Amino acid sequence: MRPDNFAIPIQPRRASTAQLAGGLLLALAAGLLFALGLVLSGMTQPAKVIGFLNLAGMAQGAFPGAWDPSLAFVMGGAVMVTLLAFRLTPPDAGHPLRKPWLGSHFVLPEQERVDAPLLQGAVIFGIGWGLAGYCPGPALATLLVGGRDIWLFVPAMLAGMWLARRTMA
Amino acid sequence: MHPYLSAALGGMLIGLASWLLLAGLGRVAGISGITCSALREHGWHAYWRWAFLLGLIVGGALFTQWLPAPELAPRAQLLIVAAGLLVGFGSVRGSGCTSGHGVCGLGRRSLRSLVAVLTFMASAFVTVFLTGGLQ
Repeated sequence: MRPDNFAIPIQPRRASTAQLAGGLLLALAAGLLFALGLVLSGMTQPAKVIGFLNLAGMAQGAFPGAWDPSLAFVMGGAVMVTLLAFRLTPPDAGHPLRKPWLGSHFVLPEQERVDAPLLQGAVIFGIGWGLAGYCPGPALATLLVGGRDIWLFVPAMLAGMWLARRTMA
Repeated sequence: MHPYLSAALGGMLIGLASWLLLAGLGRVAGISGITCSALREHGWHAYWRWAFLLGLIVGGALFTQWLPAPELAPRAQLLIVAAGLLVGFGSVRGSGCTSGHGVCGLGRRSLRSLVAVLTFMASAFVTVFLTGGLQ
């Protein structure tokens, strides 16, 4: 996920209003479907997430100490689909149909090197995830139904994003 | 429905939603990247991201009407704020979170994403081990 200012912009001026509306509807539908997946899978329940991250629970006896493996199935199910689907989309370079349905080209991360910011970021992200049991998707999906905690978490998350941008610029 | 089955089905829907965004708009469904860029970009680059986020937020509220709602017991405020800061900071510094690296990056067979996923999972496991899972 490179910052977008490096990407070649699609040219909205050349797209019709209908195309733009179609693009917005598609993005909205993808968001709704993503939310359905998160809620159905249990990812929106921090207690369940922490129960999964509690590996030590494997060695412990019965509930409540026990490990909850169900969230491994979320990642498993999701990656099973993307491993297949992302093999077909986007098609190989040079393919005549190498275009998204509503857009001029695919914007994919190009950075391939494992660097220090990646590792530092992942360690920091993991600590936060383990502390509260929220990652960005489930946090936003529960914004309207997650109670007080989520209204503390999401603004703090946005502040953290802003800080990271500042330190990286 | 058995929790493993609903987890797997939910996961597949997440994968499908990620594919929909890629096939339709040519974009990777990384939530942290989309959120961060929605606040920074202008015009179309902001609009489609807000549309996706609107779907995510409204969908989350909508589907909890029929599916299990999250636990609402409030936890220590300082803990939640600290966790939010770390999640936001880490996901942007590390170029992605569970969705961008976990669902899309692994699907694209990116080594960078695989390293990120293994690192943040290990980090989260250790955190929960040390804190005993603060609830």
